Parts: sequence; C-alpha cells; structure tokens
Amino acid sequence: MRHIILIGLNHNTAPVELRETIAFSDQQLKQALLCLKNKQGIEEVFILSTCNRVEILAAVSDMQSAIKSIENFFSEKKDIDFKKIKEFFYIYFNKKAAKHIFMVSAGLDSMILGEPQILGQIKVAYRAAVEQKTAGPILNRLIHKAFFTSKKIRTETGIGSHAVSISYAAVELAKKIFGEIEDKTLLLIGAGEMAELAVEHLKGKRVTDIYVANRTFKNGVALAKKFGGRALKLEEVPSALEIVDIVIASTAASEFIIFKKEVKNIIRLRRNRPIFFIDIAVPRNIDPDINGLANLYLYDIDDLRGVIEGNKELRSKEAVKAERIVEEAVITFLNWYESLDINQVISALKSKLDAIGDAELKKTLASLKHLSSKDIEALSVMTASFINKVLYDPILFLKSAGCKKDKTAYLDFTKKIFHLDNK
Amino acid sequence: MENLLLITIFFYILAGVGYFLFFTAQKNYFYKAGLYCIIAGFLFHTTIIVFKILTTRQLPIHNLFETLLTVAWSITAVFIFFDYKFKLKILGIFASPMIIFIMSAACVISDKPVEIKKIFSGFWLNIHIISIFIGEAAFVLACGAGIFYLIQEYGIKRKKRGYFYKRLPSLSYMDAVCYSCIIAGFAMVTMGLASGFVYAKIAWGHFWTWDPKEIWSILTWLFYAVLLHGKLASGWRGKRFAIMTIIGVIFILFTFLGVNFLFEGHHREFTG
Repeated sequence: MRHIILIGLNHNTAPVELRETIAFSDQQLKQALLCLKNKQGIEEVFILSTCNRVEILAAVSDMQSAIKSIENFFSEKKDIDFKKIKEFFYIYFNKKAAKHIFMVSAGLDSMILGEPQILGQIKVAYRAAVEQKTAGPILNRLIHKAFFTSKKIRTETGIGSHAVSISYAAVELAKKIFGEIEDKTLLLIGAGEMAELAVEHLKGKRVTDIYVANRTFKNGVALAKKFGGRALKLEEVPSALEIVDIVIASTAASEFIIFKKEVKNIIRLRRNRPIFFIDIAVPRNIDPDINGLANLYLYDIDDLRGVIEGNKELRSKEAVKAERIVEEAVITFLNWYESLDINQVISALKSKLDAIGDAELKKTLASLKHLSSKDIEALSVMTASFINKVLYDPILFLKSAGCKKDKTAYLDFTKKIFHLDNK
Repeated sequence: MENLLLITIFFYILAGVGYFLFFTAQKNYFYKAGLYCIIAGFLFHTTIIVFKILTTRQLPIHNLFETLLTVAWSITAVFIFFDYKFKLKILGIFASPMIIFIMSAACVISDKPVEIKKIFSGFWLNIHIISIFIGEAAFVLACGAGIFYLIQEYGIKRKKRGYFYKRLPSLSYMDAVCYSCIIAGFAMVTMGLASGFVYAKIAWGHFWTWDPKEIWSILTWLFYAVLLHGKLASGWRGKRFAIMTIIGVIFILFTFLGVNFLFEGHHREFTG
C-alpha cells in the first residue's frame, strides 16, 4: 500500500527570508522533481513553489525513508541543516495531505482568503511534474480532484466574488453603476500606486479613453503615455467632467480640486449621465457633498475600505461552506485511493464476474426446464471453473513481481476496464 | 372553468416560488423553473380567455372578474415578452406576486353572469381594449424596474451594500429596461386611446364625451408624455425617472379602477 505525504511551509509557519531560500525557480523545480523521483521510497512527486509557500507532495512506498530522502534533499540542495529549520515545516499524511492540497488550491490556505492566483500556480507546477513524468496515477488523480474541487467551490460559494482590494472594489462598484464599462471614459487626477492599480484594472475591462491630469504637466504626459491616454492640465478638469464617466482622484493637494458647484453646472450639459467619483486621496480631493447630487456617486478611501472589510467578512462566511466541499472531496478521493488495494481490486473483479455468471446461468436454466438437479449442478460448476480459469492469469499478473513498479497504475487500469468503480 | 382557473393560479404560484428562490439563492435553474411555470400558467390562462371569447363572442371585460382576468393575462404576456427581450431575471419577483394577487382577487370575486350589450363589440373596440391593457401592463413592469432601481441606488449612495446589492443588476441596465417598458407602453396606450376615440365616434357619434375615464386616461397619457419628453429632451434618468414611473402606476390604478368606483360613466359596467 502506498502513502501520500505532504511536506511544506507557508506564510503562516515560516518568515519570508526562509521562504525565499527554500523556494525553487522554474529551472530548479524541474531538476528537483527528477532528483526526488529517483530517491528511495518515492514513487511520485509534485512540487509547488510560490512566494508564499513551498510544498512537496509525494506518493511513497516507504514512508520513513521517503521523509528522510526529502529532508536530505533540502539539506543538500539548499545547503542548510534541515534539523534547524524543521520546526517551520508541516508534514501531513494521506487524508490530511489530500485535504491540505484541496484547501490550498481553493485559496482557503492563502494569505488573502479565496484568492484565485494559486490555482494557476498549481496548474503550472503540475504541468512541470507531468513533463518530467514524476506524477503518476495517485498524484494525477489527487491534483485533478483538487482542480475540480476548487472550481466547484468557485461556482457554489461566494468565496471569490467579493472584492478585497481597493482597486477591485472600485471596479466592482463601477460595474454596478454602469453595467458595461467598456465604452466608458476615465479621468485620472494625480498619480499614486493605488490609483494606477485601479486604472490597470479598469483598462483590463477595456475602458475606451483615459485622460490624465497632473499638477506637473510633464509627469502627467509620462503617465498618459503609460496608459495610452491623453494628458490634461489641472485647470482643464472641470470642462473634462463633461465627457468623462469615471474620475479617480489621488493628488497630494491639501484642499478640494472638484467642487459641488462646478459639477452641478455640468450635470445638465451631460444630460444627467452618471459619473462615478473615486477619491483615494488623503486629505480628500473631491467635495463629499457631490454624492448628494442625482446620478453622481462618490466613494472616498474610507468608503472603499468599508466595502472591503464587509467583503472579507463575507468571504470568511463562505469559507465554511468551501471547507465542507473540500471535506466531501477528500472522502471521495480516499474511497478511490483505498480501493487501489490489490486484495480489494481482486475481490471486486471476482464478485463482478461471479454475478455475471450467476445471472447468465439463471437465464439459461429458465428455458431448460427438463434438466435434473445433477445437470444443473454440473452447469454451475462449469460456470464457476470457467470464471476461475479466465481470472487466473490476470490475478497472477497483478500479484506478481512483474508489475510491481507500476502496480498502482495497473490496479487503476484494471478497475477502469472492468468498470469496478461503482461499488 | 373553475378548475382551469385554479390550475393557472397554481402554476403562477409555482413560478413565484421559482423566482423567489432564484432571487435568494441566485441559481439560474430556479429562474428557468420560474419561467417555465409562468409560461405553463400563461397557456392555461390563455385557454380560459379563449374559452370566454368563444362563448360570448367578445373580449372578457364585462365584469370585475373578467377585467381582472384580462389584466393579469396582459401583465403576464408583457412580462414574458420583456423577460425574453431583456433577460432582466429579477423582474419575475416583482411580476409574479402581482399576477398571483390579481388572479386570486378574481377568484374570490367570482364570475357573475352579465347581460351582454350589442354595443360592446367591433374591431375598434377590440383594438382599444387590447392595446390599453398591454400598454398599461408595460407601465406596471416599468414601475417594477423603477422600484428595483431605487433600491439599488439607495444602497450605492448610502454605501450600505446590503442584501440587494449583489442580486440586482447595474443601475444603467435597470434604467434602460424601465425606459424601454415606458416606450412600449406609451406606444400601445396611444394606439389604445386613438382607437377608443374612433370607437366612441362610431358608437355614440362623438370622439369625446367628457366621460371621467376619458379625462383621467388623457391625464395619465399626458403624464407619460411629459416623462418621455423629459427623457428625450433633457436626459431625465435615474432616481427621478424611477420615481415618476411609480407615480405613473398610481395614476393608472386610479384611472383603471378608482374612476369606475367613484364616478359614473360609460366605462363603469366593466367592473360591475
């Protein structure tokens, strides 16, 4: 019987310096996979290495020697004494290992709960393992199940549907106001990391025109070039309000740049088309009373933070549901995994053929009423021995040393061609 | 007939449950179930109406029961059409309870036989009735979209994104649906009023008889005309537009029922 083990560390258990040392680059990862595959006791191996976690997932035939091999591997490759850093690692077996990898792929173990990038990272890592041929039937099944489960969690729970960053929250709100933001025009006043992130997100949604206004015109021009937009002077902002739909303000100005009076005059010129103001400057750049005007919506940084806090709470609530889905997935996986035991496969195979034999015998006997009880017995003995003869070679093969190397694969294959999964 | 009516209401209630579950759980299959149920109910409903037309050779609007039956039928027809056209899935949670309510009211009132006058027939009268009913049903749905708009905008403005925020679509979409309903409704009602005048000329010899229903209908029509003018000329939209659609429906309710109960006039007998 094989075992699944998972050894790793993440942002909760280890400081960033250690994670950096332990992490593998793409090239190192491929070598590490091959190197581990050849170690004693390890049959299949998969490595996930991101900035927040390094995890080694393996199917092993001998648990103790496999753990030793992995520890030695870290000591050799990373040139550190593993005993010293052992406390930062966690190690899970079988059921817990499966649950952990499911949790990770669904983003339930991530720093930002429910973030979707991790799934993509696992996909890349898995592709590497497939290319290096270090993933076998157990890990293939396990990781596919992880993909399936996290997809299910995304569709059945709201874990990923509430924005938890300022810029995403702003985009989400814009969508609730405008529906489509593809044909909307954007005005960026001032610069700053958060504002630029929001612009990037909006650009991802294909806003058509971007205007950039900045106090230093030169910087504005540079920024406009970066986003493929047009630069404006700060004095042009009021007249620009006539055409833009989304305004993001983040200047260092100590007083308002956009006043209610200015905006009020412009509403008529815009024929009441809505404007969404996003004020992420501190102190604020936009007169808060603007929110009181019809068809204008203003969110400042605190409002957006409020949105995010609310969303984080919602995500934690959804995480409970998600964990239930993970647990269900673990059970189905373990059912499959445990049925890979050779005795189980053989007995399932036998009982399937016996059932077929019985059923066919019954059918035949129903139309042969004249047979004596002796004849009937002879027929059933014949059926039984026929079944035994047919099964003799396959069972011998499965039990023999001949298929030891890929035993799991053969067992899995046998189950598949005889359709033994329904039990 | 009784049974058909109960089956119709039964399907409408199922549809209502479907739309309600869709709204709370946000699962598309609930919406689909709701839509199929409402279509099933609508088919039975249509059967009743056709049966009525075949027995009396006239549109069924000769007493309050028949009128309510036809009102509910028009709303359902317009709702199914707009659902198909705009896929504004949440409108079902507004339309279905209303349809159920009107049908139940009709059921309670029950059908009493009325003497059918020869005068209530003819091509222009039928056009008049059908377009008025369909048009006003569209106004009622516009009001539904308007109410949803107000709820959603309230949440966004107050920065309190509660239960409805995720469940309702974007403001501009609801505004657009509201506007389309009004346009469709206005066109139908205009046609209905015009054919009514033609009919009045044929039946009574005058286009206009200062009947209270006529006066209130014209007032309602003017109200929507102003609303549309505001939209086209100066881009009225959003909250103001939504509130106006709700006021419009109050007008309609009064014109449709209130006038019949409060004033005398030649429309009175339809709710007798």
